[in-house]
Amino acid sequence: MSLQDRTPVEPDVGVDEDGLDYDELEALLDGRVLDREDHVNAEGFVIRPDEVQQVLSTLKEEAGFDHCSAVTAQEYDDRFESIYHLKKFEDPTQELSVIVPTSKDNPVSESAAPVYDTADWHEREAYDLVGINYEGHPDLRRILLPETWQGHPLSERYNQTQPQVVPLREHANPLEEDHRGDGEDADTMFVNIGPHHPATHGVLHVKTVLDGEQIVDLDPDIGYLHRCEEQMCEQGTYRHQIMPYPDRWDYTPGGLLNEWAYARAAEDLADIDVPEYAQVLRTMSAELTRIAAHMLAVGTFGLDLYGDFTVIFMYAIRDREVVQNLLEDLTGQRLMFNYFRLGGVAWDLPEPREEYLDKVREFTADIPDRLEEYHNLISGNEIFQMRCVDTGILPPETAKSYGATGPVARGSGIDYDLRRDDPYGYYDELDWDVITEDGCDNYARLLVRLKEVEESAKIIRQCADLLSEWPEDDRTIQSNVPRTLRPDPDKEIYRAVEGAKGELGIYIRSDGTDKPARFKIRSPCFSNLQTLPVMSEGEYIPDMVASLGSLDIVLGEVDR
Amino acid sequence: MSSDHTSPADSTETKSTREARMGEGVDDRFNSRLREAFGSSPFILTKFDQFMNWVRGSSMFMLQFGIACCSIEMMHTYAVKHDLDRFHAGVPRASPRQADVMIVPGTIVSKFAPRMKRVYDQVPEPKFVIGMGSCTISGGPFQEGYNVLKGAEEVIPVDIHVPGCPPRPEALVYGVAKLQERIANGESSPVVVKPYELEEFGDLEDDELVEHLADQIDAEDLVMRYNWVDSP
Repeated sequence: MSLQDRTPVEPDVGVDEDGLDYDELEALLDGRVLDREDHVNAEGFVIRPDEVQQVLSTLKEEAGFDHCSAVTAQEYDDRFESIYHLKKFEDPTQELSVIVPTSKDNPVSESAAPVYDTADWHEREAYDLVGINYEGHPDLRRILLPETWQGHPLSERYNQTQPQVVPLREHANPLEEDHRGDGEDADTMFVNIGPHHPATHGVLHVKTVLDGEQIVDLDPDIGYLHRCEEQMCEQGTYRHQIMPYPDRWDYTPGGLLNEWAYARAAEDLADIDVPEYAQVLRTMSAELTRIAAHMLAVGTFGLDLYGDFTVIFMYAIRDREVVQNLLEDLTGQRLMFNYFRLGGVAWDLPEPREEYLDKVREFTADIPDRLEEYHNLISGNEIFQMRCVDTGILPPETAKSYGATGPVARGSGIDYDLRRDDPYGYYDELDWDVITEDGCDNYARLLVRLKEVEESAKIIRQCADLLSEWPEDDRTIQSNVPRTLRPDPDKEIYRAVEGAKGELGIYIRSDGTDKPARFKIRSPCFSNLQTLPVMSEGEYIPDMVASLGSLDIVLGEVDR
Repeated sequence: MSSDHTSPADSTETKSTREARMGEGVDDRFNSRLREAFGSSPFILTKFDQFMNWVRGSSMFMLQFGIACCSIEMMHTYAVKHDLDRFHAGVPRASPRQADVMIVPGTIVSKFAPRMKRVYDQVPEPKFVIGMGSCTISGGPFQEGYNVLKGAEEVIPVDIHVPGCPPRPEALVYGVAKLQERIANGESSPVVVKPYELEEFGDLEDDELVEHLADQIDAEDLVMRYNWVDSP
C-alpha cells in the first residue's frame, strides 16, 4: 500500500544493529562537529552557525535524515541556540539533534530552509519569538505576531508591559507590479480569505492572488490565535499546572492525545514509570478522542464542499456526541479532559465498570455500520469525488520535505505512524494496522481518516476486553510521583506521539527548578499547513478550499 | 396584553359584552380561545416597540464566527441533539451584514482584535454580543500571555457572558435564552468604556513607539494600541 520501495536497501551511513552509531556520523561530518551533547532522546552535535547548510545537507543526503521535525530556538545566559531535531521517516527512533549556538549580541545563524523546506516556517517562528536571525532565509519576517510588534517575547530582555500598536491595513497584491501594463488580460485579482471565513476552520487568513479562477500566488497568514502556549507552559509546574494546556492545542478534541505528548516527554525526562493498567486506560481514551477528531474533520470537510450545515456535518456531530458522552463519563468533561497525570491517569473507569465497558463495546460495534453510511454519503458520491479526486496533489517527496505527518503524509503513501514506529502506551501489544493510501489527493486523505476510525475502534475494543479481564488487585492507575518534580538541570528531551493530525512533539529543557526552562511544541498542523501553497498554486480556488479542508488544520495548534 | 379579561365564572351570572352583542344562536366560528382570553375586544393593544423587541428576540440570526476551542461546542449547539434552532436562534449567517447576534467563542489575541472590531462594526444595528467562555471574560487560562487580550469587553461591548472553559452547549443555550429575555424586555446592551478603539495612526499620541513605527505605518492606517499596563 505504499508508494515507497520498502525492500531492504543498503543501510544508511551511521546505522548498525543497535540503531545509530554516532561516532560514524561524526566521522561523516569530517571535523565539523565541535562538541557532542547528550539529550535524553538522542545525541546532539554542536556545529558552527555558518556551516548549517553543509552539515544538514550531508546528513540528509548521505545519512538519510529526511525528516526535520522541528526547529527549537532558545536563549541561554551566554548564547542563543537553534536545535534542528532530525529523524528518519523509515525509522523515527533514529534521531539526531543538530545544535547551532550563536553569540548573544549578534545572533545570526545560517538558514536551513534550502535543505529542508519545512525549516522555512520553523525558522520564521524562531525569529519571531526568540529573535535569532537566519542568514539566507528566503523570507524572514514575523509569522505569529503582528509585523509591527516590538521585541521577541521568549527572549530574556522582553518587557511584557510595553505598549504595542497593531495596524489594520489593506493587504496589497504582491503581483500587481509584475502584471501592470501587460494588456487587459494580464490582470490579477487579490482576494483575502479569512481571518473570519466559514471555510478556514477558525481564524486562518489566506492571501490569494487569482488569475481568473486560478490561484497564482497563495500565502497563509497565521497568528490570529497565538495564545502564548509555550510561555504558559514555561510558567507552570511540571506536576499539575501544565497538563490543562495541552487540551487546548488541538481542541477538536485531540485533547488526550496532546496530553499524552506532554506526559510522555515529562515522564521520560524525570524517569517516571507508568503502570500497565494506566497505559491501557490511556490507549483506550486516546483512541476515543482520535475518533472524535476524525469525525469532526470529515464533518467539516463535508461542510466545506457541500455548503452549510448539511447532513454529513449532522451525522458526524451525532457520532461525536456519543464519543463525548463516553469521554465525559470517564474524565468528567466533554472537551477539555485533563485526565492524564504524570505517572498514570486521574481516575479509574466509572462504576459500574462493566456497564461502562459495555457502552464502549456497543459504540465500537456500531462503527462499521456508521462508516458504511459515511461511505454512501461521501466517498461513494459522484459529486464529492469530482471535487476531491486528483485535486490538491501532494507528492510524497514534497510531503517529506515539508515535514508533513499524520493522515496528510499517510494519504501520500508515506508509511509513518509513531504509534507503530516509535511505540508507546499499549499500542505494540494490540492488533491494528497503519492505513496508507497512494492517491496523494484530497480523496486519499479523507479515506485515510475514515479507515483510521475503523482501526481506532479495533484498538478500543481490544482495550475494553483487556480492562474487563484485568485482575482486580492490579489496578494501579498512578505510580508514585514526587509531589514536586525537579528534573536534573540541563536535561533536554524531544519526544513525540501520534496526535490526531500527526507527529505532535514536545521539547523540554529543565534547569533544576520545578518549571521547564524551555517548552517547545512541535505542532503537526503547523508543518502540514505549509504544504497548502504547493497543493494549491495553479489550481482552481474551490480546490484550494477542498485542500484546506482535507489538511484538517486546527488553528489552536497551528498558532499555539 | 388586554386588561378586561372576563373569567368563565363571571359570565355565568352576568352576560359579557361579547355574548350580549352576539346574541343567541350566532355562529361563533371566529371565536377562538385566544379571543375568549382577550374578552370583548377584537384588537390586541401593545406598544409597537414592545412588539418589535419581542419579534427581535424571537428571530435571531447568528454570525457564524469560530475562533477557538469554544467554537467546537458552539457547533455542537447548532447541530443535532442541542439544536439551537428550537430557540429561534439557529440560523448561522456567514456574513456579518446579515447577522444580529455575534457569539464570540474564544481567546482574542492582539492580531485578531482589530479584525474582530471590524466584523462587529459590520453587523447592522441593533446588534447583540454573547461572550462565550472564560477567555472572553478575562483571557481565561491565557490571561498572562504576552499576546492575549484580557476579555472581549476590551474591544466590543458584550451583553451576556457565558462562563466555562468551554461552556457546555446547554450553558450556551441558556445564555442565548437569557439574551432573548433581555431583548424582549427592551433592556439595551451595556455600554462599556472601550479603551481599545481603532483610530488612525496619525492621531496617536506622539511617543517613542509611535515615532519608531512612523516609517512602517501610514498616518491614515487604522491601528489599535494596546496599553497592557491598563488592562486588568
